[in-house]
Amino acid sequence: MLCRGTILTGLAATTGILVYRSAKGGNCSLGSSCSNCSKSDSCDLPEASLFRQTVWQLDPTKCIQCGRCAENCVMTPSAVKVVHVYAMCGYCDLCGGYLKPDTKNISTAAENQLCPTSAIKRKFVEDPFYQYTIDEPLCIGCAKCVKGCDAFGNGSLQLQVRHDRCVNCNECAIARDCPADAFSRVPANKPYLLQGIEAKPEEKV
Amino acid sequence: MKKTLALVILVFLFAVQFMNSYGIQRFPKPEFESGYVQPETLLPNPGAEILAIMDIAVLIISLSVVSWLVIKKRNRNAVFWMSVFALAYFGFYREGCVCSIGSIQNVTLAIFDTSYLIPLSAIIFFVAPLVYTAFFGRTFCAAVCPFGAIQDLVAWSPQKLGSRLNAVLGVIPYIYLGLAVLYAATGTDFIICRYDPFVGIWRFNASFGMFVFGGILLIVGIFIARPYCRFLCPYGVLLNWVSRFSRKHITITPAECIQCRLCENSCPYDAIDMPVTTKNPEDKGTMARKLIFITFLIPILMLLGGWIGSKLHEPLAGVNAKVRLAKQILNPVTEKNQPETFEIEAFKSQGKQQNQAFTEASVVLHNFYIGGWILGGFIGLVFGGLIAGRLMTKHRTDYTPNKGTCLSCVRCVDYCPVKLPVIAKIESL
Repeated sequence: MLCRGTILTGLAATTGILVYRSAKGGNCSLGSSCSNCSKSDSCDLPEASLFRQTVWQLDPTKCIQCGRCAENCVMTPSAVKVVHVYAMCGYCDLCGGYLKPDTKNISTAAENQLCPTSAIKRKFVEDPFYQYTIDEPLCIGCAKCVKGCDAFGNGSLQLQVRHDRCVNCNECAIARDCPADAFSRVPANKPYLLQGIEAKPEEKV
Repeated sequence: MKKTLALVILVFLFAVQFMNSYGIQRFPKPEFESGYVQPETLLPNPGAEILAIMDIAVLIISLSVVSWLVIKKRNRNAVFWMSVFALAYFGFYREGCVCSIGSIQNVTLAIFDTSYLIPLSAIIFFVAPLVYTAFFGRTFCAAVCPFGAIQDLVAWSPQKLGSRLNAVLGVIPYIYLGLAVLYAATGTDFIICRYDPFVGIWRFNASFGMFVFGGILLIVGIFIARPYCRFLCPYGVLLNWVSRFSRKHITITPAECIQCRLCENSCPYDAIDMPVTTKNPEDKGTMARKLIFITFLIPILMLLGGWIGSKLHEPLAGVNAKVRLAKQILNPVTEKNQPETFEIEAFKSQGKQQNQAFTEASVVLHNFYIGGWILGGFIGLVFGGLIAGRLMTKHRTDYTPNKGTCLSCVRCVDYCPVKLPVIAKIESL
């Protein structure tokens, strides 16, 4: 029969192996820490994460805007919402993410809007540019506007996991059902995977 | 101005329509003349990482305090209030995630998938309760685990279940543990998290199925104390086995058992081993026959279980995403509104070859085949152990807590009339 010493030794060995592997990080031949490395932005090896918590995030380049983010999240409404990267937006009058493509009379009437909860607010800036902002509490993460913006626009509307709403489940319920396998664990100090945005994340709102 | 802009856009669109990279700048960035300031895209940060270290500290301190209260102080009231604290902190404040039960999956995934780096908090949540249990018994279950705490709060009218029912239902945690390890090792799913009945209570937000499951467990828990702990918890399997080797496990009596029988009905979890006074001790022949039977039974059950497990490897693997994709490629299921499923659409947009999808799926199926053999063999061993345990009767004179199933809740201690100060006084006379 196993004695207690064997059990404790086994636990110590498991702990040791896992701690070592997490402290070492991915098999980087350069060996230096990720913060000093110039290639850290293009590297997809897992960063050493012994003390670093990871959070879930979705990659907009893989996303096919299927709408499952709105259904599968354990939170209601979903923690996945649309983020508007203003730096990429074209400020178009006929916004691909705001208006339905098959409208008869082009107007801002509710039946012409792609968003089912009317979470995109349109504001006139100057001729011919309009600003589109997301009213976050209304957004359910259904990706209809993202699909439109990707198809007809610049792709400045992107789905992202919002970390003020995400409870960071051990296994993300959306991640398992994502058909494009777009969800991954990212380090908590780089929690967003946005295209076309250079700024670092702001302080907690 | 508008016409030239439209023309430029049309030419641009025409030129770039064959590119399928995301987020191409179809419409150039406007240059604003009215002094409009572009708003910042606000991105809130996740919770501070210090919380993870605080969790580890609270876990270690709670385990230490509860173990001291159980073994040294033997005080039910204090243990109860510690469990309320655990309910508040690990349950409602931290919303029950990451927990020790789920950490089994993280450790399994870390062992089998070298690209997953497990954070220290998950390792500690897995190892620390086991280490404390190896010395002091299941003090984690007593007052540190929030699941146990909430079930303890509703155990108002616990009924005795009888040893046979307890034994049969006690096999379920082994099956749950085996399936959880299998699914975590193959990177398919974390089923402990998915079918966690109480997480909806911590978050005040649950799907209907989980709400019903949690509700049923709590209602059943009024009459059958701690149903999840005794008949579902996969971590409880590990704690059960480690606790059997603990030396400083809680005892009902602080000194000697005087067989007064006052503690017989004190345990809500049927975890007290009653004295076994065999009127006719078994002769050596019966013992030998039993041992031979068990020696043959266990390997046969393991082989049978393993064979069944391997036969079930296809349905077990069916929930894996790669296997589902391969099945959909082979048998495309089309609905009226959707010409192809999202998985097929995503697969096509990623530009993978079909061969690659089939290869990946077959690797997963092979892993499930091996895993099925191991899981089935494990369950066979469990059934063999169950039968062996019921065949072999252990002679016992005292009322002792069963080291494997006792949850160290300290309820029995108050029923025992033997008190140390009384003994000291008697001895001093």
